[in-house]
Amino acid sequence: MAIRKRFSPLPGFGLSLGYTIFYLALIVLIPLSAVGAKTIGMGWEAFWAAVSNPRVVASYELSFGASLLAAAVNVVFGLIFAWVLVRYRFPGKGLVDALVDLPFALPTAVAGIALATIYAENGPIGSLLKPYGIEVAYNPNGVLLALIFIGLPFVVRTVQPVLADLEKEVEEAAAGLGASRWQTFVKVILPHVLPALLTGFAMAFARAVGEYGSVIFIAGNVPMVSEITPLMIITKLEQYDYAGATAVASVMLIFSFILLLIINGLQGWMQNRYSKGA
Amino acid sequence: MSIAIRNISKHFGAFHALDDVSIDIPSGELVALLGPSGCGKTTLLRIIAGLEFADSGRILLEGDDASERHVRERNVGFVFQHYALFRHMTVFENVAFGLRVKPRKYRPNENEIRKRVSRLLELVQLGWLADRYPSQLSGGQRQRIALARALAVEPKVLLLDEPFGALDAKVRKELRRWLRQLHDEIHVTSVFVTHDQEEALEVSDSIVVMNKGRVEQIGSPDQVYDHPATPFVASFLGSVNLFHGRVEDGHLHVGEHALAVGAGHVATDQAVGFVRPHEFDLLPANAPGTGLPGKILRIIAIGPLAQVELARPNGELLEVAILRDTLSVLGLREGDEVSLRPRNIRVFQNNERLAA
Repeated sequence: MAIRKRFSPLPGFGLSLGYTIFYLALIVLIPLSAVGAKTIGMGWEAFWAAVSNPRVVASYELSFGASLLAAAVNVVFGLIFAWVLVRYRFPGKGLVDALVDLPFALPTAVAGIALATIYAENGPIGSLLKPYGIEVAYNPNGVLLALIFIGLPFVVRTVQPVLADLEKEVEEAAAGLGASRWQTFVKVILPHVLPALLTGFAMAFARAVGEYGSVIFIAGNVPMVSEITPLMIITKLEQYDYAGATAVASVMLIFSFILLLIINGLQGWMQNRYSKGA
Repeated sequence: MSIAIRNISKHFGAFHALDDVSIDIPSGELVALLGPSGCGKTTLLRIIAGLEFADSGRILLEGDDASERHVRERNVGFVFQHYALFRHMTVFENVAFGLRVKPRKYRPNENEIRKRVSRLLELVQLGWLADRYPSQLSGGQRQRIALARALAVEPKVLLLDEPFGALDAKVRKELRRWLRQLHDEIHVTSVFVTHDQEEALEVSDSIVVMNKGRVEQIGSPDQVYDHPATPFVASFLGSVNLFHGRVEDGHLHVGEHALAVGAGHVATDQAVGFVRPHEFDLLPANAPGTGLPGKILRIIAIGPLAQVELARPNGELLEVAILRDTLSVLGLREGDEVSLRPRNIRVFQNNERLAA
């Protein structure tokens, strides 16, 4: 008996899936597996020595710590940004909307140099902060600042359409039922945008972990204090320590992958919970 | 709770949405705000709710001036055309929302909330859906949940903005019967907005007909249908046929034909007679008595009724609704010449009804 072939009403599943896997392999998986291959070739002890060097460990702490913090800051301010752009009309709104994307477009080195110049002790903002004992440039604060800068558009752009999708009537309904503004925000608006907020967080975080160009100009790159992991990798490369560089890279890769997996899982769980079938 | 609307006016830019509107709604009534889109009915409803504020005029709830009160403090239940349910909450939590956001000292305990929500879901006959999410419900179910949610805070006034507007014809019909029954059970003063005259006629105790930001007529469904105060009301509630002519000696003269309209009518050259499609008798052209001549163009059978399209000798088209049985007894077909006998004519001059 012949097995009847089943057709999906959506065309091109085989073709598009095949293409997706091929493309993913070519662009993402093969280059990454080269990192793995290089690392495996160096032996366990050399690997451990390379990745557990105190200077490198300090750089993990800074890179992941600052990236998480920057993404968290961006969640708060990105939400406010998106809120303003969706809910209010004001002169120059189009301009503000376009400015949000600027960190996407600007060469990161330009951003880094600009930030460093402005926030340095003798810069226009740095000189104002100096009397209060606040130093931003050439220390971990600078790293955080640069990472906040490059991550902002991710949160704004993921939350904005979701927020726009929330009808005004829903808020009116909440108010009509006696909810205060704060209750409406916490019980109605926030749950609605939370999955998008989490996506924005994940993207801003991922971008921040991999960021190099803007950070190195403002970080000062003091060993054990303000060196980020990508800088450690570059440093090793410059010393022709290719194996060491890939070892550090692979640790970073695994950390990032696990964190993103957790965030994605959390988001999927939330989607399920909040909008079954919607 | 009674609602008094006093001289409400509202502009949106240059657009005059409401122009000096005054309405009294007695406690416990179910009132329809009826009118074409853009007539200001939804704006008026939102002003009663406190979702919108009038430029001038006052809203009195139970005699107290509520014009400046926030929607939170007006104790009104509002039902939106597109439900506006909270998508991330179950049906149960949607209905419980109004109870959960109450200030702590007024908030019922969990047991009490559970009891009250179950009772409300029972009332809207959807207890079995308590754990579902809004996206899993049909439109009619969503609207009933929205209603239960609005009732949860025990509002003194229930306001419904085109509550059945987004539903298909059959569900709409079921739901409006059900709304009427529900209202007879709980007797909360209710105002609902609709552009569907059939809905207004069927459901409400009284109808406020609005046009271009003004009230055209307020009355019971029978009153506004049988005794329209203005030509607008006459033509908005059901279709009408118009006859232009002059009134003299209790007759409306249309061309060379005269139709009796009653002696109370003042003589005028600028009269318009309104006749509803079902208010005609159709007779063969040679039947005795006076009538208007016409020729049957088309007969469209709709269930037990036939909708007959006729042309008068001057080319004007008329619409007549008649029982199909009657039509077949008379043996009338498309192309036949007939005599039209209006049983009831309402005569207006400009915008005024001539005394009947």
